[in-house]
Amino acid sequence: MSAAVSAITMPKWGLTMTEGTVVGWLRQQGQRFAEGEEILEIETPKITNVVEATYGGTLRRIVAQAGTTLPVGALLAVVAADEVPEAEIDAFVAGFAVVEPSSREEAEAKGVEPRSIEVAGRRLRYLELGEGVDVPVLLVHGFGADLNTWMFTQPVLAAGRRAVALDLPGHGGSAKEVGAGDAESLTDAVEGALTALGVEQVHLVGHSMGGAIAALVALRWPGLVSSLTLIASAGLGPEINGSFIDGFVRAARRRETVEVLGLLVHDPALVSRTMVEDVLRYKRFDGVTAALAKIAEAWFGGGRQSLDLTDRIAALAMPVQLIWGREDRIIPVAHTEALAARLPVHILDAAGHLPHMEKAGEVNRLIEQFIAH
Amino acid sequence: MPQKSIRQALNEALAQEMRRDPTVVVIGEDVAGGAATDGQRDAYGGVLGVTKGLFAEFGEARVIDTPITESAIMGAAAGAAVTGLRPVAELMFSDFFGVCFDQIFNQAAKFRYMFGGKAKTPLVIRTMIGAGRSAAAQHSQSPYHIFTSVPGLKCVVPSNAYDAKGLLIQAIRDDDPVIFCEHKLMYDLRTEVPDEPYTIPFGEANIVRDGDDVTVIALSRMVHYANEATDTLAKEGIECELIDPRTTSPLDEDTILESVERTGRLVVVDEATPRCSIATDIAALVADKAFAALKAPVRRVTAPHTPVPFAPVLEKLYIPSPERIAAAIREVHGYGG
Repeated sequence: MSAAVSAITMPKWGLTMTEGTVVGWLRQQGQRFAEGEEILEIETPKITNVVEATYGGTLRRIVAQAGTTLPVGALLAVVAADEVPEAEIDAFVAGFAVVEPSSREEAEAKGVEPRSIEVAGRRLRYLELGEGVDVPVLLVHGFGADLNTWMFTQPVLAAGRRAVALDLPGHGGSAKEVGAGDAESLTDAVEGALTALGVEQVHLVGHSMGGAIAALVALRWPGLVSSLTLIASAGLGPEINGSFIDGFVRAARRRETVEVLGLLVHDPALVSRTMVEDVLRYKRFDGVTAALAKIAEAWFGGGRQSLDLTDRIAALAMPVQLIWGREDRIIPVAHTEALAARLPVHILDAAGHLPHMEKAGEVNRLIEQFIAH
Repeated sequence: MPQKSIRQALNEALAQEMRRDPTVVVIGEDVAGGAATDGQRDAYGGVLGVTKGLFAEFGEARVIDTPITESAIMGAAAGAAVTGLRPVAELMFSDFFGVCFDQIFNQAAKFRYMFGGKAKTPLVIRTMIGAGRSAAAQHSQSPYHIFTSVPGLKCVVPSNAYDAKGLLIQAIRDDDPVIFCEHKLMYDLRTEVPDEPYTIPFGEANIVRDGDDVTVIALSRMVHYANEATDTLAKEGIECELIDPRTTSPLDEDTILESVERTGRLVVVDEATPRCSIATDIAALVADKAFAALKAPVRRVTAPHTPVPFAPVLEKLYIPSPERIAAAIREVHGYGG
């Protein structure tokens, strides 16, 4: 317990979140909870996420009922020990001041805007958070995604170290020209970004196609990579959901996009309208469909993965872990089996292809523990 | 991401398409400004400055200032379109369609059909709509329902700068004639607009806000009034789903019907007059295809069936207001309850 009386406030996850909606409370008023327990669910610009307790206590007062939408920083509930009198809780609620949005936005604008670097004549967008002496982390997203996929991950990993999330060529705010679009060219781009950012030692975290790219960087440049976390990674077997890949490349309208994005998660209701809108806005840019089609053909042509790195990953000297959602409908969880005897493999229940968003707290803990020394 | 006005967004769309495709040309009254004088050659950029700077970059062969003759502008543009250019013609006030409708309605709209699909007419007609400036009955109308009623024409009615840019680029790349209706009171309205070119498909409505209680459909400037009204109602506990169809032809019927299937209640807001209007068209669509889902009569909030008044007080009463929209939503929400 950090203080006698403390607040649970609306969290800010990712760049675009200015407000959130309380979906529901997982603890009732008056209930005790321990550190790490799930307290409530919040709908964010991407998917619904769970707020976990960062300390133990009693949920003395729920201020924001389910269904309410509030700005980041707003008071959601009051936590205190059982013996704190009600009057003190009342006073805390009455005296709670939300940080003014304008000053908060100004403060945030200073450090957390994405920036661009030139790599081999191509503009790549990245977001850097955190500083410190610990070895930096680089986060590599998957096919069709962008650095915002790490909205729940990056801020946590940025405690005490640089945490950089990159937009791959053809994705997010990076140039839409992708060269060959194959494993080699995308790996070149990530290597180039690491050099341009002056990173001499790094923990790599990659999701899906980004996992295969992270693994290729580790294979090419093992001295640079301190550890490798592969989340629902490509490159570990031939199967992939080809109709997802085709559907994602083709989708131009909301209805088909909703359907396709629903395949990514164990519960399609988690996908918010803003997440769908963000994907549509990205896909409307000139060159995106062509870039995605090129990458899809090179990596997943004919509905099969062209790359199998299983044996080479097994032989890597640095620590490697696999994290997968048990209900992954894009890349089967069975792709962990060949490596399960050699590496730590974490299979998460009630998660699909986006465990770092669906089970953000668990995945954050697994990565933090893995990279801590 | 940079904030841009609708004026800037349209200007950027035109400039980017003219750079990308040398067949894109702009033609209209004062699109450069001062062409007939020895003075400044890019004085106006259109009466509202949308085409400012295009003359300097692309020259007089691609930014064509015309005399005051809408029939010649539309005739030249339709002919240019059918013979290989992609003209963006400016019909300064949409009210002026009366003098050039043969070129649009009988010619451009019919070419593809009457030439057995062998001709295409990639023509965009940008035009101003809307009341609210005391510009009187001949410069204040919103006749997009008339354009919508013509087979062979497409009709776009954007409500914000992001949509305006993506829809104008889509219109220029489209192989059919498109009437692009810009509300004269919204040119300075700003929102985040990416610098890169992008397109928004026609017939894809934008869901402005989610809600399960009442479906509200609005176009152009009325989207903002409806948003104000639905903000007020949200505080009263009525959650509206606000839909902006963005294009009236083609119309995204599925999004409208799916929403009404869920809410059972519909209010349509339209700045145009009510007879044979988009509001009436959507009400008929829902009565026809989602009748069983309706829990209340469909309410239309529109202008009255009169010319637009010049007198400011009357003009204010003429245009649907957030208060009238809110009252209609409350009525529909409370019906039968």
